[in-house]
Amino acid sequence: MPVKHQNGTDIWRRRTTKQSVAHSAMWLTGLAIFAVCWQQISNATTWFFVWDAPRIASDIWTRATPPRWEYISQLGRPIWDTLNIATLGTLISLCLAVPVAFLAASNTTPSRLFIRPIALLIIVATRSINSLIWALLLIAIIGPGVFAGVVAIAIRSIGFCAKLLYEAIEEIDAVQVEAITATGASRWQVMAYGIVPQIMPAFAGIAVFRWDINIRESTVLGLVGAGGIGLQLSSSLNVLAWPQVSLILLVILVAVVISEWVSAKVRGAII
Amino acid sequence: MSTELEAILGKTWRRPPFVTNPMLRWGLLSAFCAYMVAAYMTIEINWSRVYEGLDRGGQFILAFMTPDFVSRASDIWSGLLESIIITVAASVVGILISIPIGLGAARNIAPLPVYMICRGIVAISRALQEIIVAILLVAIFGFGPLAGFLTLSFATIGFLSKLLAEDIESMDRSQAEAVRASGARWAQWINYGVQPQVMPRLVGLSIYRLDINFRESAILGLVGAGGIGATLNTAFDRYEYDTAAAILILIIVIVMALEYISGIVRARVQ
Repeated sequence: MPVKHQNGTDIWRRRTTKQSVAHSAMWLTGLAIFAVCWQQISNATTWFFVWDAPRIASDIWTRATPPRWEYISQLGRPIWDTLNIATLGTLISLCLAVPVAFLAASNTTPSRLFIRPIALLIIVATRSINSLIWALLLIAIIGPGVFAGVVAIAIRSIGFCAKLLYEAIEEIDAVQVEAITATGASRWQVMAYGIVPQIMPAFAGIAVFRWDINIRESTVLGLVGAGGIGLQLSSSLNVLAWPQVSLILLVILVAVVISEWVSAKVRGAII
Repeated sequence: MSTELEAILGKTWRRPPFVTNPMLRWGLLSAFCAYMVAAYMTIEINWSRVYEGLDRGGQFILAFMTPDFVSRASDIWSGLLESIIITVAASVVGILISIPIGLGAARNIAPLPVYMICRGIVAISRALQEIIVAILLVAIFGFGPLAGFLTLSFATIGFLSKLLAEDIESMDRSQAEAVRASGARWAQWINYGVQPQVMPRLVGLSIYRLDINFRESAILGLVGAGGIGATLNTAFDRYEYDTAAAILILIIVIVMALEYISGIVRARVQ
């Protein structure tokens, strides 16, 4: 226990002198890095605009309120598209994520040396690129529209679903698998009767969780032209129709809250 | 012999269904089929356009084999550096702000009015998409990394405060109470009773958030909030797939490195 001698008595301290010096040095380095970063941001900023910001913000606020409620009649189709992008994207990604997860889990992979690293690479690569970037790419390849959004969401979700799923597969109870194997089951029968029932609740939870995230992400895919309500948002922003923008933002907010509520309910029922 | 066993004997075993209630099971299944039909009817896919695009898709995949880091090197590096700067600054500020809000959003240490306010902040921050916040902040503060920095800081608050508050709510009460019983002031109570219990998770979450912030910073450039996104967007618009592939590879490598570091850090603190 580190102690400090003061007037002949020992006083408790949290760290030894060496530890506290190292601790301060770490903080100092962190502070220096932050200062450099802030300096760079500050240099790249037009401070006049920043000092002007409160006025601009209140200006935008007065333009944006009240929202143009009539516009909601034109939002039905975009909302349906958004829902389709999220749902179909999630379904496709689940179909693709299941094999990847089985190839990536160390207890089910056919080859730890060759196939598992490839599966893990697929997981990292699809996870680390945002769905908007996937959408940009797919629009360049297959043209703008809802389909590009569906594919973007599907690709982006593979990594997330496969990662959570292969972690669930690695945590299964090996005894049950062994019991099925002992009955003389084939490899696929072991999969169907020993492994799948154990990961089914996790799978359903992951699916609903990702669907909730995908609703959020699909609301903004339209900004790059991939369909959904983001398309309306971007066209309203381009013509500075602030009352429409505020209505669309409200609709997105409601959609996000509803999807989160649904996903929480369903996960609560499963787990 | 028990009646239960008698009822089963002589019948082939069938796998129990995942949803036990048959009404619910068939209801869900038919609703799902109805939805799929409706979705299929309304979605428009221009298959000829898709078919034409496959060529370019192939080109893009080939571009990953020959990424071009050189011809736009200065744009790529300045964009990437800006992304990293935004990420670091926003993570630091976001974490610093989210600690008091996280304390306020934990029901077991905050009074009800503070709790309501902090939970409200968390809810707003979580409900708003990063990219939407970025659009609004670019409109207010002008183009540049400041808007991106503020966006990510704001998003960090919602994420970190919520998880920190949940961790504080599930902490061991007796340790905090022991510190309080020794006559500690409020700040000492937090510092010696609460903080040591939540610190490992806070460090882990902070590193994780750093990772998320970097990924998000890659798209902020699309709406003019600074970072690598602007370069990437230009590369796609000009069909310079080799440059785009180079940028994507750099992003993937950095994310992998961050994930690796965060794994080490989390293993050390936990």
